[in-house]
Amino acid sequence: MRRIAGALIGVCAYASVASAGPGDSCAVAAHLVHADAALPRVAAAIKAKNLKVVVAGTGSSTLPGANGAAAAYPARLEEALQKKLPDVKVTIISLIKSRQTAADMAAEFPKVLATEKPNLVIWQTGTADAMRGVSTDEFQVTLEQAVGKLRDGGADVIFVNPQYNPRSDAVIGTAPYAEAIRWVALGNAINLFDRQAVMRQWGELGTFDLLAATKSLDTAANVHECIGRLLAHLVIQGLAVNGGEDQKDKKSQ
Amino acid sequence: MPPSVSSGRDLRLDLFRGLALWLIFLDHIPSNIVNWITIRNYGFSDAAEIFVFISGYTAAFVYGRAMRERGFIIAGARILKRAWTVYIAHVFIFVIFMAQIAYLTTSLDNPLYSEEMRAFDFLQQPGVALIEALLLKFQPNFMDVLPLYIVLLIAFPLVLWLLLHWPIVALVLSVALYVAVQHFYWNLPAYPTGTWFFNPLAWQLIFVVGAWLGVGGADRIGPLLRSRYVVGAAIAFLVLALMVVMTWYFPRYAVLIPKKVQDLIYPIDKNNMDLLRFLHFCALAILTVRFIPIDWPGLKSRWLRPAILCGQHSLEIFCLGIALSFIGHFVTSEFSRSILMQVTISALGILIMIAVASLITWYDNVEGRGSGGRSKPSQADLAGGEA
Repeated sequence: MRRIAGALIGVCAYASVASAGPGDSCAVAAHLVHADAALPRVAAAIKAKNLKVVVAGTGSSTLPGANGAAAAYPARLEEALQKKLPDVKVTIISLIKSRQTAADMAAEFPKVLATEKPNLVIWQTGTADAMRGVSTDEFQVTLEQAVGKLRDGGADVIFVNPQYNPRSDAVIGTAPYAEAIRWVALGNAINLFDRQAVMRQWGELGTFDLLAATKSLDTAANVHECIGRLLAHLVIQGLAVNGGEDQKDKKSQ
Repeated sequence: MPPSVSSGRDLRLDLFRGLALWLIFLDHIPSNIVNWITIRNYGFSDAAEIFVFISGYTAAFVYGRAMRERGFIIAGARILKRAWTVYIAHVFIFVIFMAQIAYLTTSLDNPLYSEEMRAFDFLQQPGVALIEALLLKFQPNFMDVLPLYIVLLIAFPLVLWLLLHWPIVALVLSVALYVAVQHFYWNLPAYPTGTWFFNPLAWQLIFVVGAWLGVGGADRIGPLLRSRYVVGAAIAFLVLALMVVMTWYFPRYAVLIPKKVQDLIYPIDKNNMDLLRFLHFCALAILTVRFIPIDWPGLKSRWLRPAILCGQHSLEIFCLGIALSFIGHFVTSEFSRSILMQVTISALGILIMIAVASLITWYDNVEGRGSGGRSKPSQADLAGGEA
């Protein structure tokens, strides 16, 4: 009963924030960027005025060239988040290396947790695994286990799924991996930044021309700017969500 | 004494295989709005289960008769010949795929996608990619169903022999292999790394169950399948599955599923054909058998004729569907992503599939092969009810 009431409250809260998007230029339908789970460790860090975020990911979390990293979404997220939390010290630590599979990154996490003590890990994954043909089952088990360790180590988790790219769809099927990510997110009360759906909508609305063949970084930088801002929006939204994996576990005991 | 095979052609098989072929075509055009009508969005299983199951059923039906009438060697040779034909079809599809890729790479350059570009690395060693494709190890996106089918057919002479002589042993072995795979994760290797998307060692279960039903199993468990309790359980299962699936689209209701249940059912694995997918398919099949009798007059109506025609030429139409989905995906991603275009492409593709199926039927009739199940035994292999 309480759970149903919680769901109803969730729906009402959802309806009311629908219009509070981050700036018009990045606008997507509100349900595409929507916090479904609480971020208790982030909330505690914000109270302590010091928020450390690790972004773990592969090539699609950065941009090529000398200014690539500064234009990519982790840096944009840092700026956007700092703006939203003016009296908190926001630090983003980048753990980005091309071609890392989920298992590669998961192997790095214990060290990162020990040295950096992040409050939030934004985990972009799926593409490298799809390209290497890691079994989706194995991929999912890796995520499940890593998520538990990250939380025990004091970090909330936000998943970022593969990019939308209709061209590479012809060769690599990221869809099953995106699905695996969604399942782990659902099963463990983790927020998912559905980059695939967001970018698809940008493509459909004509916000960005994602298919132009170009060497220029302009569109790519704008896309990453928007991803950074939407991610910041998601983090702030997550702070307002009540209940999470901890409360849920208590309830079931 | 081998079990008897019911005579006469079951048009329901053709109908649903035809429908499955349409759904597979639609599902293979990524981000196609029409995908929303396909069954994978409303339950655990999808068109792949239907296709593999019916293929098993018809293979057993056609070759089972051949094996009884002409012996193991002749029937076995026919099955292997069929596997060869499917292999050729797979290679043909691969050539179409390479043509598309060759075009795409000229327009791929974009800093946003430098990571995804690497998926095309195999083009730097096209010779290796070709050989790996010929060895069925290199299976680009959506080219994974036919390799499964080829492996299943290669093993089928022995499986069929066993099914005709000791059906229960065959079933037990099939289930045992399936269970072992769930436990030990056996699978065939793929190129460049990883394993097959459709694990033949797991998916054989639905093929063998279909085959068992095709050589007499259906007569044995028919009354059980029609029992009120079984039908009720199937309906309940489908409703529950629908509710679970809905939480994937509306994640905020996911909390309504108790954590313990979630831990139990997720992940629902497609590679190894999760038990839930299998059960979901069984539930669908039970309801189909219960509510659409074999002599249902609708099966003769001209509205269902197009789907039946496609189902009767499944290999040709399957390959055509894959090729069309490449083209459809190409057009929707390169020229227009509008909803109108997606709907047009989907409708046009299905119309082409119907037209080609009609053409093949017409040709078969002209050549005197007929499209029913009554063709001469020597031509069972060419009959419409192709495996």
